[in-house]
Amino acid sequence: MKSLKFLIPMGIFLVLVLFLGAGLKLDPKEVPSPLIGKPAPTFALARLDDPTQTIRRDDLLGQVWMLNVWASWCVACREEHPLLVEFAKSKTLPIYGLNYKDQPAAGQKWLSDFGNPYQASLSDRDGRVGIDFGVYGVPETFIIDRQGVVRFKQIGPITPEVIRTKIEPLVRQLNG
Amino acid sequence: MTLIPEMGHFALWLALGVALVLGVLPMAGAATGRSDWMGLARPGAYTLFVLVAFAFACLVASFVRHDFSVLYVASNSNTALPLQYRIAGVWGGHEGSLLLWVQMLCLWTVAVAAFSRHLPEAVVARILAVMGLVSVGFLLFMLLTSNPFDRLFPAPPDGRDLNPLLQDPGMVIHPPMLYMGYVGFSVAFAFAIAALLGGNLDSTWARWTRPWTTVAWMFLTIGIALGSSWAYYELGWGGWWFWDPVENASLMPWLLGTALIHSLAVTEKRNSFKSWTVLLAILAFSFSLLGTFLVRSGVLSSVHAFATDPRRGLFILAFLTVVVGSSFALYAWRAPTVGLGKRFALWSKESALLGNNVLLLVAALAVLLGTLYPLVLDALGMGKISVGPPYFDAVFMPLMAPTVFLMGVGPLARWKETDLPTLALRLRWAAVVTVLASLGTGWLAGEVRLVSTLGLVMAFWIAASVATDLWERVHPAGAEWADAGNRLRQIPRALVGMMVAHLGIAAFCFGVVMVKSYEVERDVKMSVGDSTTVRGYTFSFNGVKELQGPNYVAVQGQMLVSRDGGAALEMRPEKRIYRVQQNPMTEAAIDAGVTRDLYVSLGEKVEGGAWIVRVYVKPFIDWIWGGCLLMALGGLLAVTDRRYRRKPGVAG
Amino acid sequence: MAKWFVRTFLVAILGCSMGIAGANEAAPASADPALEARMMAISSELRCLVCQNQTIADSHAELAVDLRAQVREMLQAGKTDQQITEYMTARYGDFVLYRPPFKPATALLWIGPAAMVLIGLGALFVVLRRRSRLAADQFEPEDPDSIA
Repeated sequence: MKSLKFLIPMGIFLVLVLFLGAGLKLDPKEVPSPLIGKPAPTFALARLDDPTQTIRRDDLLGQVWMLNVWASWCVACREEHPLLVEFAKSKTLPIYGLNYKDQPAAGQKWLSDFGNPYQASLSDRDGRVGIDFGVYGVPETFIIDRQGVVRFKQIGPITPEVIRTKIEPLVRQLNG
Repeated sequence: MTLIPEMGHFALWLALGVALVLGVLPMAGAATGRSDWMGLARPGAYTLFVLVAFAFACLVASFVRHDFSVLYVASNSNTALPLQYRIAGVWGGHEGSLLLWVQMLCLWTVAVAAFSRHLPEAVVARILAVMGLVSVGFLLFMLLTSNPFDRLFPAPPDGRDLNPLLQDPGMVIHPPMLYMGYVGFSVAFAFAIAALLGGNLDSTWARWTRPWTTVAWMFLTIGIALGSSWAYYELGWGGWWFWDPVENASLMPWLLGTALIHSLAVTEKRNSFKSWTVLLAILAFSFSLLGTFLVRSGVLSSVHAFATDPRRGLFILAFLTVVVGSSFALYAWRAPTVGLGKRFALWSKESALLGNNVLLLVAALAVLLGTLYPLVLDALGMGKISVGPPYFDAVFMPLMAPTVFLMGVGPLARWKETDLPTLALRLRWAAVVTVLASLGTGWLAGEVRLVSTLGLVMAFWIAASVATDLWERVHPAGAEWADAGNRLRQIPRALVGMMVAHLGIAAFCFGVVMVKSYEVERDVKMSVGDSTTVRGYTFSFNGVKELQGPNYVAVQGQMLVSRDGGAALEMRPEKRIYRVQQNPMTEAAIDAGVTRDLYVSLGEKVEGGAWIVRVYVKPFIDWIWGGCLLMALGGLLAVTDRRYRRKPGVAG
Repeated sequence: MAKWFVRTFLVAILGCSMGIAGANEAAPASADPALEARMMAISSELRCLVCQNQTIADSHAELAVDLRAQVREMLQAGKTDQQITEYMTARYGDFVLYRPPFKPATALLWIGPAAMVLIGLGALFVVLRRRSRLAADQFEPEDPDSIA
């Protein structure tokens, strides 16, 4: 029918509106990690508290562990830190810190001031390991499984809700 | 503490009431033939304008008086902010810029009310009612979600300051021009809705709509050009267009507006393709509204994005859906009944103009596709991508090529039917000159390249075609040279406007091609006494100086530039730190010229006391904005054509 | 004529002497300008993840500076543009590319504009040709004096 073609603009518009509406719930700034489901990048970094010792990625195989990227200059990390300290007490899984683009002295002082939830913190002074992990905003947190595969990434501070709804169930699942 | 903000707020509520009356009664009056209701349209428009202008004045007053008890003022101003930027700060954020939107809408409404004596009562009533309804939407949006007059208690002693990037003369003028433009398409929109409702879609309608559309288009052209040149002067990296979603949001209505102007020409002249023209009129304003949504909803990430809130996004989306959806519904209902108008052949001026329309519409849709694609993929759970300048440049330029080709052909084609071989013959010199000039320019510039030659062909083709058109009018076959002066004077101003506007596009293309292909950049480390030579210009560095601005401190580089030992020019690039927001800003030093810009920006200091300095020679870059000015001038000429200045009732 | 000659001659001499005696020619900002130019060209197609509306080439964010350094290093090591792109997308996903890769998901994006031109112009052609075959009574009659 001839009149049907006049409905085309309306049709296209309604489809557009649907997508725009869906878009309202999304965050255009969030960058999902392409590392999920892939092996964690290799690294070999000095311990923050004892630079003579090195920790490698492969040293951490065989356990489910959490990597938390932090820095003494990072304001949002301060918000998240008490939660991590509390969470570490539950011994759900070992937490390792990645001290990103920081001065080791400043980093150590920060930990002694605000508490240390980490089994150990690794010193990533030039940020190269951070880049390998696709870090673009501190704090960020990863969960890595026994085979060394990245399973989860949290961009921004961890909240109690994220712990409850995402981290704890995942750790339970990965631990078998 | 004064009650100026409260008075402004109250004025907005009153305005909402008036807008509701304006939106409903005259429309109902036109449908039922009630003269008293239709008669409310003009007074309603004037009253609405006065109320909104009062509210706007209250907000300006709050800024000028440093009233930090108003949240919006505290967020966008500061005691150290100079007066002109305090005023410009009124539209520096979301709430205030919305008020500017409504203010512009009221200005256009009043203009239509004042300059519509020649229109039938029912038509005026419908048009003003539609504009009133659009105002209702925006006023409601402001009052419910984005009130510029919200108070802040306790009032802080000082404000957060206007973003330093916005503290520039361009900031004072760019948003008002831009808004005059895309809000102005609401007039063509209102005319279209009125015509669909009243069933009087014909060439007279097109003749009435045309000047309004052209003026809005002029403002939008200037607004976009100002934004682009402001980015160039202000942002310190020498770019002038980034295909940022907000830039795209202004380009899409511009492309559609251009198509609309041309389509109106066909409808006015030949009474043809009326439903298509009406659709374009609806589309142009719809894209303006869509742009408003994209910029304020947080759906896209942009350097221009205002502070966002999903609630606001939802409101605008709902408003957009209602306005555009009902327009398209009305269109689907009424358009099938519209007649075909006068006949024209497959090859004719009409079809060239329609070809231009199709290409401009496709260009707008292509920009929309690129802008929204990341959102679509994300919504479908198919991952996150970015679509940026490499995509748009790759896609947009090839689209412009056939459009530009038609620009050269269309003006010379005849209405109703045109003979292709004759047309080609008439354009043969234009073609030859185009190729020679393009190759010649490349050779003169130092290197002939394929892409730049193709770009130059576009620019020269338009200019050569305009020259051919002019030649044919001034010296047709068999005419005397003595007559030429007379013939020149007799060319209708509207046609002169067309030629000037088309030359503007040629100038624009020329500027873009030359600067992209032949720009030279040199990054050097300079200590006092060092110099570097780029394209014959010698830049020497004389160290830096520290200075204080009204609300910033700066380090200023002292450069001297000379060419072939001639007079030396001072150029002073700066790095500023604005006291309140503490962000560093680079102010490039620019020496503008007709054939080139010299652009110097100061980088970082390195060890040894030297500074990194970036030096550019940008050939013909000012032709980009000069071209836009010519386009706007062409529009002005077209709108001041004699037929619009004739008093109604005079035969012609 | 002579005056012109003398003036030009003097200007030329002055120009040359300024060139010789004057000024040390400033050293390029980077050790290898050609490599630097390549680095900037690649970086200008990568999106800065921190500010998100600038390229890595233009951004002053620390991550951008680090990534530019990374690209420079990779170029010095002889990596190709393709390898550098893969390095970035392995870490940050396709989001980091301002030139979207050509994949099934983006096929519509890349082909769309050309398809729209063909469909649009094609549809116009069909409609116009069909119209030109309609009987004259479907149209409005011509006014005797209106054709320009």
